Amino acid sequence: MTVAAGPLPLDVAAIRGDFAILGRTVRDGKPLVYLDSGATSQRPRQVLDAERTFLETSNAAVHRGAHQLSEEATDAYEGARARIASFVGVDQEEVVFTKNATEGINLVAYAMSNSSTSGPSAARFRLGPGDEVVITEVEHHANLVPWQQVCERTGATLRWFGVTSDGRVDLSELDSLVNERTKVVAFTHQSNVSGAITPVARIVKRAKEVGALTVLDACQSVPHMPVDFRALDVDFAVFSGHKMLGPSGIGVLYGRFELLSAMPPFITGGSMIELVRMEGSTFAPPPQRFEAGVPMTSQAIGLAAAVDYLSVVGLERVHAHEMALTAAALRGLSEVDGVHIVGPTDLTERGGAVSFVIDGVHAHDAGQVLDSLGVEIRVGHHCAWPLHRKLGVAASVRASFYLYNTLEEVDVLVEAVREAKRFFGVA
Amino acid sequence: MQLEQMYQEIILDHYKNPHRRGLRDPYDAEVHHVNPTCGDEVTLRVKLEGSGAEAKVVDVSYDAQGCSISQAATSVLTDLVVDGTVGESFAKHEEFLRLMQGRGKVEPDEDVLEDGIAFAGVAKYPARVKCALLGWMAFKDAVARVEGTES
Repeated sequence: MTVAAGPLPLDVAAIRGDFAILGRTVRDGKPLVYLDSGATSQRPRQVLDAERTFLETSNAAVHRGAHQLSEEATDAYEGARARIASFVGVDQEEVVFTKNATEGINLVAYAMSNSSTSGPSAARFRLGPGDEVVITEVEHHANLVPWQQVCERTGATLRWFGVTSDGRVDLSELDSLVNERTKVVAFTHQSNVSGAITPVARIVKRAKEVGALTVLDACQSVPHMPVDFRALDVDFAVFSGHKMLGPSGIGVLYGRFELLSAMPPFITGGSMIELVRMEGSTFAPPPQRFEAGVPMTSQAIGLAAAVDYLSVVGLERVHAHEMALTAAALRGLSEVDGVHIVGPTDLTERGGAVSFVIDGVHAHDAGQVLDSLGVEIRVGHHCAWPLHRKLGVAASVRASFYLYNTLEEVDVLVEAVREAKRFFGVA
Repeated sequence: MQLEQMYQEIILDHYKNPHRRGLRDPYDAEVHHVNPTCGDEVTLRVKLEGSGAEAKVVDVSYDAQGCSISQAATSVLTDLVVDGTVGESFAKHEEFLRLMQGRGKVEPDEDVLEDGIAFAGVAKYPARVKCALLGWMAFKDAVARVEGTES
């Protein structure tokens, strides 16, 4: 008996059976072809059931009260944290729940600017004139605007890596951009537009040489491939629940425990305190320090269920499946005259987001034709306006794949692109 | 097919052969508007004669990048407002706005909107209404700036 070289293929039909929404039709009876998981993924029955079961049996405010429901809710909430932490290779105390990934990045950025008014233990997070924050031109606005803002507040200087013509972070000036003035390097693990995967190890190595902190936007990687933050050796990382089969309203910030322990809070209030007197307060250890107020609870339970679901399927298999879809999309789209891929045209260091432009058909118009055929994709600049500007593209069409998509759907996409060209008279 | 309801021939004609496109001198005000959700942009100039509601719209010129809807709507706009008064142009804007915000349930007045009635189908797609209004927002802003500098 021979052993298969790669991961076993997914049973996509069985998987699709868990996602009721995939069975619906849109726009006059067209079967839904959902290719917008890069924006938000759909949720399987198991995730919805977990939330519902929790709410119907154990719902209570966590970390307060001594009644049974509160105990059960707290156990469920902290149990969810442990499963999610283990999913990305880190400890439970290093996982902070936020509203979304955007809030996670803002948390780090605000904690850094708050550090200038905090005690000596926070000195290492301080930013001021002469300090530099380095980001990249491929970033989603979520990992760009917060750093612009923190630089405006503190007087630090924002610098950035450029982008190559195929939408990758250009590291040719790594050693000069990341230098002894650099305090933070914030970058995406995988571009939400081009799908290009960033060489994390190279950046982390350089950042460590100069003593800069690293912040990884893992929104487009954690849902789609095995990711171990400890192995990547980043200081902070964020990802979103709703992009990985989980609920909206929950994101995750990972921070090395030693850093979280020294970092001042961002949002303050109940739950995050150690001691409160009228004259002043002290704060709880992480992660509680960063979770003020009654947290989202059923969302955490739902996200843990999503993590379980993905773990059972296996992230290697998910990734392999998406690569097969991506290969088919790149091949199919490249056969259509006038279609240009915004991003790498082969599978080297890339994930399953395929953005493109069509000569003579604006992305919005293409999206409208695709929508009329049931193909739901993203159009516009995908919250990465500087990247589009740099590549000379006003707006692009993005198809993004997940474990529930099929090769047949890729065929429908390619045929729909042909139809868009026909409709607008672009032969 | 719903698509043809939205992309009426009139819209596609204006898209392929836009009226009064390009930036021209002389002008009294120039504005730059963007649609932040998609990145579409328009730079638009107006030239007026006279002042107040009775001022005559002598020219509207523009440079834009965007989808067929935003391009065609701006082209139609110039047809509707050039050679009329500012007061008339604002009335037409009101009628166009009423049509676009009507979710496809408003019967447009062809005497007022002329080719603009072709956008009735667009009003059924909330995500595209902003596209149709981009040029109009720029026009109103430009006129307001002219009046602002005069007063």
